[in-house]
Amino acid sequence: MTIRDTTAGYGWPTRIVHWAMAVAIVGMYVLGLWMVDLDYYSPYYHSAPDLHRSIGMVLLLILLARLLWRLANDKPSDDNLSAVERIAARIVHWGFYPLLFALMASGYLMSTADGRPIEVFDWFSVPALTHDKSLEKPAGEIHETLAHLTILLVIVHALAALKHQFYDRNGVLSRMWSGSPSNGPEAS
Amino acid sequence: MKLTPVSLALMAAVLSAPAAQAAEYVIDTAKAHASINFRIKHLGFSWLTGRFDTFNGTFSFDEANPAASKVKVEVETASVNSNHAERDKHLRGKDFLDSDSFPKAVFESTSVKMDGETAKITGNLTLRGVTKEVTIDATRVGGGPDPWKQHRDGFTGTTSLRLKDFGIDFNLGPASEVVELGLEVEGVRQ
Repeated sequence: MTIRDTTAGYGWPTRIVHWAMAVAIVGMYVLGLWMVDLDYYSPYYHSAPDLHRSIGMVLLLILLARLLWRLANDKPSDDNLSAVERIAARIVHWGFYPLLFALMASGYLMSTADGRPIEVFDWFSVPALTHDKSLEKPAGEIHETLAHLTILLVIVHALAALKHQFYDRNGVLSRMWSGSPSNGPEAS
Repeated sequence: MKLTPVSLALMAAVLSAPAAQAAEYVIDTAKAHASINFRIKHLGFSWLTGRFDTFNGTFSFDEANPAASKVKVEVETASVNSNHAERDKHLRGKDFLDSDSFPKAVFESTSVKMDGETAKITGNLTLRGVTKEVTIDATRVGGGPDPWKQHRDGFTGTTSLRLKDFGIDFNLGPASEVVELGLEVEGVRQ
């Protein structure tokens, strides 16, 4: 079990955070689409958005930590990809960071536009930086558009990983799951 | 009194006794189901209305023993909002609320006399550094379980304040010496 990422593969912190965020991002998308159409008398009318905001703020912290970790570690080799694939992979991988930051920032601005803080799981509260109610509508529209874009990027990313794993058989998916491409189907 | 185990136990019993009777509520300012509204006559010709946007408060309420009820509210005076930025700036200034020197106004009840669905809530209001006794005429609006697994109770109340009593002597004219407060309160049982 390696901690740091090396040119050979991913350490366990990267892998845990990758899959946790994968589940959280898809879950947040579904939760978000579902909660905005809840009836006022639904028992989840308040608790679902509370949960969505709380997870979002925690994800923001995790994303920041992940970016620092990425910058502080070697990137596993992508020499086995074609030049076009390599460029595409980098665009998708690095595209996630600004997209997710913007997604979270727009969600934060929408929720705090009236000057109220975001309560994170009755655990701590994130204060509002603005008191500008006119932000709520544009921030909300941007949040929705960025959420769709994020899921689009997730789909492209997942299809590419599946293609490399099962068509090219270069163990890219195994490398993110077990840490090393040698555990992938290529070696078996 | 010496802090012997017996006296400590006695103090604990006395302190915890009222809490065991009445339910505690937090006024639902988080989701804005409460408001502090005011109105004052303009030249005697019309009513000017406004509100304080930022405040927080708690109350205790027990239907079986309403006299044990209590309420405490803290208002940020700078959050005054009469839908006119220049007037609001004037209201925050020294002629009126003097928010820089007196950022908070506080009401704390001293007695609650309930008769059916109406109540007289007497307490001390501290506004602009002056503490005066005021009485709020309150009416219970409703209460019960909400759709989100909590219990809420709501009240509406009115009172009126003579501005001079709180050191506000800016001349608005003889028809505008008294401001009426309209209080809408919904609490979430803790």
